Amino acid sequence: MNLRRIFAVFIARNREFYRDKAGLGWNIFMPVVMVLGFAFIFANSDEQLYKVGVLHNDGTGTPFLQTRHIAFIAQDDADAAMDKLRYHRIDLLIDLAQPQRYWINEQSARGYVVERLLRASTMPDTAMLQRAVVSGRAIRYVDWVLPGILGMNVMFSSLWGVGWVIVRYRKNGVLRRLRATPLTAGEFLIAQIVSRLLVVLTVNVLVFISTNLLLDFPMRGSYLALAAVFTTGAIALISLGLTVSARVRSEELADGVLNLMSWPMLVLSGVWFSLEGTNVWAQRVAELLPLTHIVDAARRIMLDGAGLADVMFEIGLLASIAVILLSLAIRAFRWN
Amino acid sequence: MPPLLSVDNLVKAFPGVRAVDGISFSVREGQCFGLLGPNGAGKTTTLEILEGITDPDGGEILFRGAPRDTHFRELIGIQFQHTALQDFQTVEESLQLFASFYSRHRPRQELIELCNLGELLTRDTRKLSGGQRQRLLLAIALVNDPDLVFLDEPTTGLDPQSRRNFWQLIDGIKAAGKTVLLTTHYMEEASVLCDEIAVIDRGRIIDQGVPERLLAAHFPRALVRVPLAALPDASDLLPGFEVRGSHATAATDDIDQTLAVLNEHAVALDELHVSAPTLDDLFLKLTGHGLRES
Repeated sequence: MNLRRIFAVFIARNREFYRDKAGLGWNIFMPVVMVLGFAFIFANSDEQLYKVGVLHNDGTGTPFLQTRHIAFIAQDDADAAMDKLRYHRIDLLIDLAQPQRYWINEQSARGYVVERLLRASTMPDTAMLQRAVVSGRAIRYVDWVLPGILGMNVMFSSLWGVGWVIVRYRKNGVLRRLRATPLTAGEFLIAQIVSRLLVVLTVNVLVFISTNLLLDFPMRGSYLALAAVFTTGAIALISLGLTVSARVRSEELADGVLNLMSWPMLVLSGVWFSLEGTNVWAQRVAELLPLTHIVDAARRIMLDGAGLADVMFEIGLLASIAVILLSLAIRAFRWN
Repeated sequence: MPPLLSVDNLVKAFPGVRAVDGISFSVREGQCFGLLGPNGAGKTTTLEILEGITDPDGGEILFRGAPRDTHFRELIGIQFQHTALQDFQTVEESLQLFASFYSRHRPRQELIELCNLGELLTRDTRKLSGGQRQRLLLAIALVNDPDLVFLDEPTTGLDPQSRRNFWQLIDGIKAAGKTVLLTTHYMEEASVLCDEIAVIDRGRIIDQGVPERLLAAHFPRALVRVPLAALPDASDLLPGFEVRGSHATAATDDIDQTLAVLNEHAVALDELHVSAPTLDDLFLKLTGHGLRES
């Protein structure tokens, strides 16, 4: 390992990145558009209907279920339903099994209104109904989804940012030329990782700051822990991109394989919704995906106030994935 | 003292073709050695094996009498036939990048002057003309002040003017005592630049030696050519002549006598052509086909 050579390749790659105005614009523009899109969606989320989750609806019903302008959504799983209440995806949860109970989220103004409607409709039997408050700190859905978006950014930028570039270098002969020098595969790949890591983390910080200005989300845990999670996560995903591109010569094939890797992660890693209560196999597969652990750790830090020690498992896991994939990539790497 | 580079019975096969089929030669320190042959003869594959870019299937390669080690890459410079440089870099930045890979350097300013890059330093490498680009690639090949320089078809695709300029650059390298191993399919290039050539066809060396001596061994002093149409009867060839393409050609040491034969048969001499044999003629004779066909 020769640091001078790594540094030279790192500098050259950075130049190529920031001088490519079109590519640079895309890298900055994409996340900002995404943030603006979310700000818009969540600023206008006052639907006409209230949403009430219903557990154990045997069809006998209660007069409350006849109330207009409320959507009643059947729930199978009490825990998942409680989560939805916590994340404001429903306004109130009612359990029709005896004794009848209901839960509300005390942070929710809509929950307060629906509760008043419920109590009015069940007069004079209100005393029969047991009231409970959902435990834990209440958060908005946007607060819950944001760590997922940051993780998704890291994933796309890491996978494509190196995979694509290396296949292009191989195809146009840049790699062949470098091979004829004393530069080693390890030195070359490490320089690519460091250069891309710089891009991923810079863009993530920009997205974090601008989103916070627009949406004012909570950040309850340690910034150091969050930085460590995104850094090890990005290195793991960049290494995955390097492994994919270690031998591929065609951009189309690389694109296909990268898509094949990123879409399952996008769906199964809990970026948009929790896998709680879904297919067991899906959950097992999700455990194998680096993005699952990035998003999970980021969520615990930002929402539950986790510190560095609390996410050490994820950091260790992501670092191990990175080491394994990187050594695989260096071994499998072909200049030709 | 062992030769700088010696190659013994090199073999490399690709599916369906033995690209290199038992090639042996050696290159002395300070020599310019040329591998001459048509496209597809196995020149580039041979060169890539020697550079360490491709692994051979068999054969032995010795550098200064010993097998090549990891240090070998520090001591060689390569100009590829087809190569790309990283995008969005200037000429100077490209030179810097490659210089940083090596522990030994040729002074930057000297390199810039040698390859005539002074006015191009801040130019994006994608905006260079063919000749300018070849000069940059040569400068990159020389950036580590190599003992052995590989040039793969260095002037292919250049206009005649740029080609001649490039030959001067290579003369400069030779004058500095560097050993050069180059491939070309231009006979003129080989005769201008090379101290020794090996003629390659279909993966084998078919003859090898100093250009003038090779020609002397295979040909008399001069070639006399007349168009077939100028002969009184094309089917009845004159003594000493043979048909090559659209011409009747006689290889001779005595031009007077050959002219006397033509006069005797009343052949019009308007389109008579007398020349010294070239490497083109040699190649045609050795392989039975031209350099640009095959």
